[in-house]
Amino acid sequence: MAKVTIPIGPQHPALKEPASFNITLDGEKIVHMTLKLGYNHRGIEKAAESRTYIQNIYLLERVCGICSHSHSSCYVQCVEDIAALEVPKRALYIRSLVGELERLHSHLLWLGVAGHEVGFDTLLMYTWRDREIVMDLLSMLTGNRVNYGINTIGGVRRDITKDQIKDILVAVDKLEEETKYYAQVATQEVTLAKRLSRVGKLSHEDAVKLGAVGPTARASNVDRDIRRDDPYAAYGEISFKVITDNHNDVYGRTLVRIGELLESYNMIRQIVKNIPDGPITVKAPRRIPVGEAVSRCEAPRGEDMHYIKSNGSDKPERVKVRAPTLANVQAVAKMLENGYLADVPIVIAAIDPCFSCTDRTTIAVKDGKKTRGLIEWKDLRKYSIEWYKKNEGIDLSKIKLQNEK
Amino acid sequence: MIRPGRMFLKVICSFFKKPATSMYPFIKIEKPAKFRGKLKFYQERCIGCKLCMKDCPSNAITIVNVGQPAAQNAAGAEPQKPAEKKFEAIVDLDKCLYCAQCVDSCMKKALEATREFELASLDHKKLKVKI
Ligand code: SF4
Ligand code: SF4
Repeated sequence: MAKVTIPIGPQHPALKEPASFNITLDGEKIVHMTLKLGYNHRGIEKAAESRTYIQNIYLLERVCGICSHSHSSCYVQCVEDIAALEVPKRALYIRSLVGELERLHSHLLWLGVAGHEVGFDTLLMYTWRDREIVMDLLSMLTGNRVNYGINTIGGVRRDITKDQIKDILVAVDKLEEETKYYAQVATQEVTLAKRLSRVGKLSHEDAVKLGAVGPTARASNVDRDIRRDDPYAAYGEISFKVITDNHNDVYGRTLVRIGELLESYNMIRQIVKNIPDGPITVKAPRRIPVGEAVSRCEAPRGEDMHYIKSNGSDKPERVKVRAPTLANVQAVAKMLENGYLADVPIVIAAIDPCFSCTDRTTIAVKDGKKTRGLIEWKDLRKYSIEWYKKNEGIDLSKIKLQNEK
Repeated sequence: MIRPGRMFLKVICSFFKKPATSMYPFIKIEKPAKFRGKLKFYQERCIGCKLCMKDCPSNAITIVNVGQPAAQNAAGAEPQKPAEKKFEAIVDLDKCLYCAQCVDSCMKKALEATREFELASLDHKKLKVKI
């Protein structure tokens, strides 16, 4: 049979966000997929260069509507790093607390969306009802449900009280009970478990090779989590397990997210139990000294990365944001290969994509034209080796890549 | 163990529970104390430093001096009355992103975030208000 290529998107291919997938089919089997991003490029990085460091907290928080706290934490960590600020312990604990609450609401949201994509709207109704509990908690702690505005350079803006801790504990107990029930539903409900199993396969090797992050990678048994591997905020002082799974499919990703929910409840209990007393912020200068920094956070969807270069003024010279979806989106093509057309929405939704956060300026390369600013892989490697030798005094040239002779 | 209809019981039970949806706008939920709604301005505390304007991420707030200018005398003489300082704050409710950074930036505590959030209007012009 002749192969046909059909476009899916850019009007909500899976979630209500623009991205276009060109899918080549042989019958109803997917042979190949190409992805086109860039429908919603918002120019946030450029906008950040003309705003002060304080204004940028709110701008960068709006990179994502769901990982908003991760983005703002990542940004303020960079600035604090350059300005060498010592953030008070209490503020770090509050950041972790909000970070974990954010993970709860994001994973509960995803669970509902996954249910919706496979036609199991009952699950959507229940998980989103429970998600409201978290949203109310966040609104109580920070003053808003989506863009919390809790971070500021040098600490956090709002303290938590003893009464609020009590409310958090009550809510967490209730949510834990519900999540245990969802864990049973996901593993025992035949329609759900069978629908998600063996869909969107991503082997461990491919996940590593394509640089997948977050629950997508962990469901392919990649044991990687920034909270443990490069602790920030208060994560260095909290004990927790990194959830991995070796199903390598959408079912595995569901289990990882449910597992992470259960782990987060324990982390929240530890945070509110151990939260130290003291101030919640230190005074930050308006002008940040010359320097550059990279910081990483484990957003609910995976590793989020920010880079900031300052030039001594009150505005950054360069801000670069790498949202987790950009790391995961390459894996979608692999997941869809040899899959079926009907699985496209759930496979795309399984990485919990966030296309508006991912959209960056893209440079098209065709026949050697428009290659300004592009660098060959070999040259990039050479450049990085030299950079490390010069700046850090580390010689990395002895490390051989897998397929290098 | 696979059990078909795992959620069936829960769904049936839900028929006898009260709805999770709240009946807004007939029943209003009290916003939390830290809620960041419409701003409130205390004219007597403002000294016109305009730090709030400088830090506002969306240029939504404007502080204007509405006091009388210094009374002019004959050339060279001291003005009889010094200029009176009185400030007014104008906020574009549609530009404001309700971050309350201006509240934090104001050293004189002249701004406060209230719990008022029902600010929608059909007329764009009505959204530029003196607070
Ligand atoms: S409201 Fe506060 S920050 Fe704004 S001009 Fe007045 S005193 Fe300054
Ligand atoms: S709340 Fe935020 S956006 Fe609104 S006026 Fe104040 S600083 Fe500007």
